[in-house]
Formats: sequence, C-alpha cells, structure tokens
Amino acid sequence: MDIPPSDDAWALRFVDAGRRVEMDGETRWLLRGVGGRVQAGTAVAVIGPSGAGKSTLLSLCNLMQTPDAGEVHVFGREVRDWDVRSLRRRVGLVMQQPVMLPGTVRDNLVAAARLHGAPEPDVSAILSEVGLPPELAERPARDLSGGQKQRIALARTLVNRPDILLLDEATSALDRESAAIVEALVMRRVREQGLTAVWVTHDLEQARRIGDEIWLVAEGCVVERGPAAQVLAAPRTAWGRRFLLGTAAEEADGAPAGRDEGMLAHGTEHREEGTRG
Amino acid sequence: MSLWALAWTLVFVATAMGLSMWRRLGLEKDMLIAAVRATVQLMAIGYVLKFVFRVDHAALTSAMVLLMSAVAADNASRRGQRLAGRFWRVWMAVMSTEIVTLGFLLASRVIPFQPAYVIPISGMIIGNAMVASALFLNRLRGEAQARRDEMMVLLTLGATPRQASRHVVKAAVKASMIPTIDSTKTMGLVQLPGMMTGQIIAGADPIQAVRYQLLIVFALIASAAFTTMVLGALTYGRLFNEYLQPVV
Ligand SMILES: Nc1ncnc2c1ncn2[C@@H]1O[C@H](COP(=O)(O)OP(=O)(O)OP(=O)(O)O)[C@@H](O)[C@H]1O
Ligand SMILES: [Mg+2]
Repeated sequence: MDIPPSDDAWALRFVDAGRRVEMDGETRWLLRGVGGRVQAGTAVAVIGPSGAGKSTLLSLCNLMQTPDAGEVHVFGREVRDWDVRSLRRRVGLVMQQPVMLPGTVRDNLVAAARLHGAPEPDVSAILSEVGLPPELAERPARDLSGGQKQRIALARTLVNRPDILLLDEATSALDRESAAIVEALVMRRVREQGLTAVWVTHDLEQARRIGDEIWLVAEGCVVERGPAAQVLAAPRTAWGRRFLLGTAAEEADGAPAGRDEGMLAHGTEHREEGTRG
Repeated sequence: MSLWALAWTLVFVATAMGLSMWRRLGLEKDMLIAAVRATVQLMAIGYVLKFVFRVDHAALTSAMVLLMSAVAADNASRRGQRLAGRFWRVWMAVMSTEIVTLGFLLASRVIPFQPAYVIPISGMIIGNAMVASALFLNRLRGEAQARRDEMMVLLTLGATPRQASRHVVKAAVKASMIPTIDSTKTMGLVQLPGMMTGQIIAGADPIQAVRYQLLIVFALIASAAFTTMVLGALTYGRLFNEYLQPVV
C-alpha cells in the first residue's frame, strides 16, 4: 500500500471512523463520524462525560477494537494494514482499569521486554520515574493500592518505548503530587522525545495543562476539537458549553442535553444560535 | 455366565423401576430405555469384538480404533461451543495420544499386536482422552473469560496469541488433568477398576490383573497430559480473531 509521505506528520488520523455494537438485535453506535488528526509530538486531551466513547476512541488506535466504519491511520497507515503486534508496540495503551499481571511488580515491569525478547529494563529506575520506591519491586502486584497500580500500568507500557501513548484516566486515583510527577514524565517525553500523547481525563485543569489540543467527546461524537485555550474558553457548540459549564457546576445528569441528529452527525459548527443568552 | 443367569439380573432393573414408581420419581421410562440401550449396545459390541478377534487382521483392528476415536472426538467436541472446527482438533489430539501411547506399549512389547489387547486398551486410552478433552474445552472458555483483562494487557503490550493465552491454557490443562490424577490416587482403595474386576471375575490371576491395571493407569496419566497439551496447542489460536482481539 502506498503511503503518501505528507501523511507522516500525522501520528493519528481519523477518517469518518465509527464503532458499533449489536445489542438485542439493535445496532448502537458507540462512536460515529469521528474525524481529526493528531500531529506527532503533541498531546491531545480527550474530555467528555462518562459513557461518551472516550475509551472506545482510544481502543481504535491500537486495534483493540476494529473500526466498523471509516478509517484510523497511524503514521499514515491504516490500522488494519499494520502488523498488529508492531502497531501495539508503537501505540502504547494504558487502560482505564489498571489490571496487574500475575506475579510481582518486577514481573509486571519487565513483561513487555520478556514478550519481545528484549533486554530487561532497570526496574528501580522505572519505579523512581513514576515516583515509587524501589522496595516495591518484589511485592506481589495485586496487593498494590489503586494509585500504585495506575503508575505501574503506565510504567509497564513505557518500557516498550511507544511513539504514541494512549492514556485512559491514568491519574484518576492519584493525589495531586503523584499526578504532577506522572504528568511531568509524560510531557517531558512529548516535548523532548517527540512522543505523541492522547490523554483521556475527567480533570479539566489537567486537560488545560497537558493538552495542545482538546477534543470533547459526547454521545459517540467528537463534538469539539481545537487548541486547548480556545475550546475551554469559547466552546463553539451547545455540547461544549453544556459540558464545560456542567462540569464546573457538577451537573448531575452527566450527558449533554439537547440531543439532535443533525448535531450528532456533523459535530461542530451546528446549532450556534438558540443556546447562548 | 449363561443367558438364563443374565436374565435373572433384570430383577435389579425391575426393582429400581418399582421403587421409582412407588416414590413417584418418574424415572421408570428412562430406566427402561437405559437398560434396553445398554443391553443392545453391549451385545452388539460383543459380537463385533468376537468377529474382529477371530479375523485378527491389522486393518480391521485399526479401523475399530479409528471408529472409537471418531466417536470420542464427536462426543468431546460438543463442549466448547464457538471454537470452530473443534471436531478435527479434538480428533487429532485424541488420535495422536492413542498413537503415541499405544505405539509405545507395542514397541516396547508390553502388549502384543492382537485385537484382544489393542482394542480394550485403546478404548480406555481414547475414553480417557475424550473426557480430558471435553473438560479442557470447557475450562478453556471459562479461564479465558476469567482472565480476559490479563489477556488484554498482554495484547496491548504486543503479545502473540500464544503469549497472551499462556496462563489460560495452562490453567485449563491443569484443571482437565485433575480427575485422572485424583482417581489414580484412590485406585484400589475405593473402587476396583473395571478392567481388573472383569479379568478377575473371568478367572485371571489377581496379580496379573493388577499388573495390567497399573499399565493402564500409567498410560492414562500420560494420555491425559498429552491430549490436553496437544489440544491446547491446537486451540489457543481460536481465542483471538485476525486482529488479535480476544473473542471469548
Ligand atoms: N462491548 C460493548 N458492548 C456494548 N456496549 C458497550 C461496549 N463497550 C462499551 N460500550 C458502551 O459504549 C459507551 C462508550 O463506552 P466508553 O467506555 O468508550 O465510554 P467512556 O467515555 O470511556 O466512559 P468513562 O468516562 O465512564 O470511562 C458506553 O455507553 C458503554 O456502555
Ligand atoms: Mg472510559
């Protein structure tokens, strides 16, 4: 397959991508009509209400789920044209649930290297990078706290030296200080080593700090997409205003109101009038 | 034993049916069907065996073994739904076990190549392999579901299907061997194994009967291990689709 060289600047490119499930004989789109690009060496913060499809979006990027519509390109090549294992090594995913592999913390940290027959990494150095003491190495991984597990899950993924890192609420169980360590670690790699990060977060402050761009996902669509300052300060859609306002006020119903097929299909630009005021 | 003596044992069936009617268990019909089926099947196999033993031809003996393995594979592969093409996989696992185990017994001249030895011993090996295969298929799905998250982690790190399912297959192999090992442990204490009992009743020296039984027991342990490992190697790939996503 020919890969246009101009595409290489885009670490990720979604072309009308969608994902659906069949439930009780009905088709439900978890994601629909997703477009957008992520420039290599930048960080995108993905925000949106619970159940919007953020985790689904990430899983399309490393082919843990297959797009049912459209295409997802990683470094200019469609995910299905990649050798799956190479794709997953280059596109690391830190899943929302920090599931530990059986064995010790060390076993978890060297897992990636073992899978690929690579030399074992320096476990103490990895632990200190994510702000954990070296004594942790020999502890059974399942006995760790939630926040410790989250950091092990991230560190375990970094051992593969991915070019794209997908983080699914990777600091949700961390205190402010530990979260700052993790943020600094990831962002240093983004700024200095050209890592591309797509970071799902429920913390708007975190999104503002790390995101070169912010994508807002609502009810299976990317409804806002743009530079962080712009999206946060002046969302262009009703969804954006609702969500950003709603989050600030801890609105109870979660999902943005005002469901409208036209808006679902086309995302941005629609429905400017009638909501401001 | 004469047919007349055998007929007397129908009293057992009649008693059981009587009890069932009395306590309204509603099992009379099933019991009757079971008794008739057992009679017909065993009588038929008796005549078939008599024929095979008399002909004593390698081709016929092998055909019998093939038939037994096909029936066993069909039976075991009814488990583990959704693992496509399972009949052939089970059959290959069962048959390779039979070939290795029986081949060893024949090559080491422990038993002669005569239908009277080959067929009953093959029956036991294949039967045991069948039970182990069924258990394995059953457990493989269960383990894969229970360890799905762990498989997902390994896959996201770039694992091959083999690497991602290593623990799952191991657990299923282990679980499906346990019954064989357990029954070996209590052998002779709780129940006298069928073959030995039969030989003794038919007038064989108990010590000789025990030796044959031990041979069977050892062969069965090996065959359970061998079958489940072969089946594991043949089926683990079925836990994933072409994009290395778990499908269970
Ligand atoms: N395999 C599946 N079958 C059916 N529905 C699914 C499946 N996977 C996800 N969903 C549904 O898809 C929707 C999007 O799920 P997803 O996990 O992507 O949401 P999310 O934005 O990550 O939410 P959260 O912030 O709570 O993690 C949810 O409504 C979820 O119930
Ligand atoms: Mg999620």
